[in-house]
Amino acid sequence: MTPSMQIILSMLLPLVACLTCVLLPKLNNLRDGITLVLAILLFGTVLRIYQGFSLGADYSLELIQFHPNISIAFKIEPLGMVFALVASSLWILTHIYGVGYMRGNNEKKHARFFACFAFAIFATIGIAFSANLLTLFLFYELLTVSTYPLVAHKETGEAKSGARTYLGILMGTSIVFLLTAIVWTHVIAGRMDFVVGGILADKTTAGFLAILLGLFAFGIGKAALMPFHRWLPAAMVAPTPVSALLHAVAVVKAGVFSMLKIGVYIFGIENLSLTGASEWLMWVAAFSILAASIIAMQQDNLKRRLAYSTVSQLSYITLGVALATSMGAIGGGLHIVTHAFGKITLFMCAGAIYVATHKTEISDMRGLGRTMPFTFIAFGIGAMNIIGLPPMAGSWSKWMLMVAAADSGQLIMMSVLMVSSLLNVAYLVPIFARGFFSPATGTGSTAINADIPWRERLSEAPLLCVMPLCITAVGCIVLFFYANSITDFLEPITQIPVPEVSNG
Amino acid sequence: MSALVNHSLILVVLIPLLAAPLCMLFGNRAVAFWISFFASLFALILSLHLLLMVIDGDVLSYHLGGWAPPLGIEYRVDAANALVLLIVSAISTVVLPYARVSIKDEIAEHHHTLFFACYMLCFTGLLGVAITGDAFNVFVFLEISSLSTYVLVALGANKDKRALSAAYDYLILGTIGATFFVIGLGLIYMSTGTLNMVDLSQRLAPLEDNKTVRTAFAFIVIGMGLKIAIYPLHRWLPGAYTYAPSAISAFLAATATKVAIYVVLRFMFSVFSAKFGFELDTVRLIFFPFAIIAMFAASLIAVYQVNLKRLLAYSSIAQIGYMLLGVALFSSAGLTATMAHLFNHAITKGAMFMAVGAIIMRIGSPLLPKMAGLGRQMPWTSAAIVLGGLSLIGVPGTAGFVSKWLLLTAAFQQGYWFIALLIVASSLLAVIYVWKCVETLYLTPSTSNVAVAEAPLSLLVPTYVLVIATIWFGLDASTITVASQTAAESLIGGGYGGEATVMGVEGRK
Repeated sequence: MTPSMQIILSMLLPLVACLTCVLLPKLNNLRDGITLVLAILLFGTVLRIYQGFSLGADYSLELIQFHPNISIAFKIEPLGMVFALVASSLWILTHIYGVGYMRGNNEKKHARFFACFAFAIFATIGIAFSANLLTLFLFYELLTVSTYPLVAHKETGEAKSGARTYLGILMGTSIVFLLTAIVWTHVIAGRMDFVVGGILADKTTAGFLAILLGLFAFGIGKAALMPFHRWLPAAMVAPTPVSALLHAVAVVKAGVFSMLKIGVYIFGIENLSLTGASEWLMWVAAFSILAASIIAMQQDNLKRRLAYSTVSQLSYITLGVALATSMGAIGGGLHIVTHAFGKITLFMCAGAIYVATHKTEISDMRGLGRTMPFTFIAFGIGAMNIIGLPPMAGSWSKWMLMVAAADSGQLIMMSVLMVSSLLNVAYLVPIFARGFFSPATGTGSTAINADIPWRERLSEAPLLCVMPLCITAVGCIVLFFYANSITDFLEPITQIPVPEVSNG
Repeated sequence: MSALVNHSLILVVLIPLLAAPLCMLFGNRAVAFWISFFASLFALILSLHLLLMVIDGDVLSYHLGGWAPPLGIEYRVDAANALVLLIVSAISTVVLPYARVSIKDEIAEHHHTLFFACYMLCFTGLLGVAITGDAFNVFVFLEISSLSTYVLVALGANKDKRALSAAYDYLILGTIGATFFVIGLGLIYMSTGTLNMVDLSQRLAPLEDNKTVRTAFAFIVIGMGLKIAIYPLHRWLPGAYTYAPSAISAFLAATATKVAIYVVLRFMFSVFSAKFGFELDTVRLIFFPFAIIAMFAASLIAVYQVNLKRLLAYSSIAQIGYMLLGVALFSSAGLTATMAHLFNHAITKGAMFMAVGAIIMRIGSPLLPKMAGLGRQMPWTSAAIVLGGLSLIGVPGTAGFVSKWLLLTAAFQQGYWFIALLIVASSLLAVIYVWKCVETLYLTPSTSNVAVAEAPLSLLVPTYVLVIATIWFGLDASTITVASQTAAESLIGGGYGGEATVMGVEGRK
């Protein structure tokens, strides 16, 4: 199969899944089965692309050209490859989890749910493989539109107002800032494709560059940089699989991924560090990191706490871009992966707890670890991953970001990262610790009846819910040992390729 | 065949004109429909052919009756009016099959042939306004289209008596507009003694400081401004679009105002020298503020409408603001954006009005609260409204995005970044009013227990032709961008008055 066929196939598979869901609204098992097969096929295709790409094949495809330099085009580069791998692999797990959750929880309108879900994956792959700003923007907006029905899924007043905030902020920022920034870039640079080293060097003054960066940074609302972060907690009204995949992986990661891609391929790391245009962004990101962590500590609703934790963690990646060093960019790229695995585990745990016990508040979850040990152990692993403790993968990305901060002499940023880790401990560990060490709340079941064998004391969520979260938890640990290969893979994004010297 | 090609400039107007009396003569609604449909299809093929002939920047000229201009009447086609011809004939061809079904519900049976006859007259008028190269001829065709439009709007009275007062409003304001226009024509005829547009442009060039000519310019722009529905002159539009039969709303929204904008462009750039309006700064001072007011005020009013047709009508007024803004930028890029938006907005609004018409046919009301929960019962129709709405907002992948992109680029090229911000900010209002519809259709539980069936295929197919076009031209923007660019250059670069290929009989002197 030719490279461009593979790219097309990777976009078609989720679309077919979406169509299947629309066409088979009643046949639950068949529909979910086909979607699962398609999800696995998608992962296979992305792996195949990865294989070809790492062998040095050129993967680029121009779909439609409007003008010279204005086109819908795809091109595979290391960052996008990593993002696509993460999204497509986690789609399989989330789909399985989603089936378990939707059935275990008796949610309605499965077909619409899974159709939008598949479409969101289509948009995510499009973002990952996009070759220029226009294509990126196209799929970015498609992702917003297709996830709106997912957020509003429950159709209650609360869901509707949450979805309104979601759409309002995401679409508002993207139309007002991002589109302006893209058109402006196009007018200044005369092009808008992603090039290693950036396309804006020497095109405009440092002041304008800083403003342009601001338009991008706030325009990409999905990166949840404060003060445009409100949509993320608001979106927590969605069913948990949505929060898990979309708001720990696809949507938010699409945001920071775009941020990284624009920092690396539009502005260029070197250009940013020479002009100092990103210095202010560093401070905004640092503020976001700390403020969101502090807000997270005050949330009693588990999903809201995780949401604010995400806001904080996303700003790590923005900080990585703003530090304007190659270590920062690569650390940011790695953090996309490690945080994805950690946060999806946490969200899936939150969902599993809800399915099994219908509890959403952290204060109600004391002692639950004893009846749901798998879920809580997975939660613990995920939490440690977010905090950045070895042997969880999260420790590497945090380490690299710290080194990047030290490299560029930003000691304050280093301390921000350290304080943030402490705050992570403060808001994540108690959930896990109380699950095991506090006596259960509620009446009756406080004492553990030692006569009953432990197997029968368990009341876990359905297997389809528990299995995926165990896999992602294991993934957090496995990635610790393979982080090196990811960073090696990402290495080329910050290096301008040496042009071949022609002999003649 | 060659005769057909040679005379295509006149045939494109003549065939629909002849179709109108034929509809009445046969007096049978089925026959009348087919006659109109084929006339419209024929015009569509001819306009497509014309556009292909001029897309490289050529100009075609046709001397009526073989009388050479400036004495004889001349039809003259460049990319700008070929594009407008295409918009009008394409929309008409799509709307007609829709109208055949939709009017059964809305108009009394014995008026159906009358409907098709008036429709053909209106169609003829719009095509004629676009194609002619004679200033007075513009007025003649304008009146043909306007008078028949008043009748068509009034035909909505069978369903809602308010259509009569809406038609009356339109009649009064439209007549004032036409009168202003003809006063302006009289003044320039007085000072130059000619009515041929190319001839006029040569004779008007040395008269820039002439007070009479300036007054004429003002009369023409304001007169046409009424027809365009530039913001403070828009009062006739919401009523007319709201109470007209659904098919007519779709047809008018997609074509009538576009043709009027074309006339202003033609007069501003081709007849009066392009500098004329701009060196005086009148246009900059008038078009900029009013375009921006339209973008915000009309969108804001749209947000508070409960009648979906009225909401779309106000949205049209706001979109007209974008088109004027492109003109006010006074650059090739700005005009390209305007021309592209003429086309993109036509297909978007046409699709939306047709979808709303299908809903009205099923539930009998254009009020939003009555449409609660229809997303389940009429999935295709509702999806059409959502897709059209996304294009109004300017979501990438839809036609609306292309024109917004062009407009923003034009603003940035001129260094008007402030204008660029206003453009994007105003589309936030579009998000609000579109999402109001989406929430009603999909997320509000249905209030009535009556099962509503999906719209019949005969309505859905025409609607979806335009919906698919909206997406098609959103993804493959090159065709329309190239055509708009040629059109803009012909307008601003004065290509219209240059060398032209004479079609048909060479004129007698």
